[in-house]
Amino acid sequence: MRFRARVEVQLRPGIADPEGATIERALPALGFAGVQHVRAGRSFSFEVDAPDEGAARTTATELADRLLANPVIEQSRLELEAI
Amino acid sequence: MAPRIGVVVFPGTNCEHDVVQAAEAAGGTGVLLWHGATRLESVDAVVLPGGFAHGDYLRPGALARFSPIMEAVRDFARSGGPVVGICNGFQVLTEAALLPGALQKNGRLRFLCQPARLVVASTASVLTSGTRVGDELVIPINHFSGNYTCDDETLQRLQAEDRIVLRYADNPNGSVDAIAGIANGAGNVVGLMPHPERASSALLGSEDGLVLLRSLVGAASARAAA
Repeated sequence: MRFRARVEVQLRPGIADPEGATIERALPALGFAGVQHVRAGRSFSFEVDAPDEGAARTTATELADRLLANPVIEQSRLELEAI
Repeated sequence: MAPRIGVVVFPGTNCEHDVVQAAEAAGGTGVLLWHGATRLESVDAVVLPGGFAHGDYLRPGALARFSPIMEAVRDFARSGGPVVGICNGFQVLTEAALLPGALQKNGRLRFLCQPARLVVASTASVLTSGTRVGDELVIPINHFSGNYTCDDETLQRLQAEDRIVLRYADNPNGSVDAIAGIANGAGNVVGLMPHPERASSALLGSEDGLVLLRSLVGAASARAAA
């Protein structure tokens, strides 16, 4: 089976996010009011061949933890769908 | 005989020749080591120099950690060999978990390229053994991701174990505890954001980096004699 994985990587809560803060500071000048707690991150997508969803999830999680995110400062969230 | 200082070249590294020249000014012999090699060619110390290893894709240092030579660097460090990561090299060492913490984007998102005033915080490392605590050194920084970050527990351990080797006098990048450089527990692995090789001759505006490089060459000599 083939699965499409989408991994979202963000800084952990409590880790300063200068990129998110800079975006947030720009919002009032653009006329956006009432927007707060902006956090920047990145998103990756890839496809995994695996016998079942559990195996695909294991592979994608390991890939996210070992490479896509730096666990010291970042956390990742995985979405998986069969295609 | 002058000790052999191995200088690792990843695709995108750009400070290797500066480090070789400065290491030679400090009494060593520079040896370039390609990142695809699996052996260190009997060097007595290893420097991971600055630049943009593997284009800094994903995160600075994230892909360099998987270069073949890193396994040999890891073994060399484990056996007590002196290993120093400068700037991008520091980022590689944290990504490879040879040093704790991470270097994230500078506070205020500024690329910084300027002389930095540093204060020696510990002499218990292969890079600072020739200095005294409190010595002030002016050495250039040149980075976008030099903002040292770690959790509270790690910071307390670094402080308690005397592993913060250099601090900024005026913390230009927002690093936790103004950290400019740290060491591992044994003091043989050191990472720092400032570039001592760019402060290795009066012609460059400062010779303050030489005391650090001489310390490293001294550690390499001791390793060669052992």
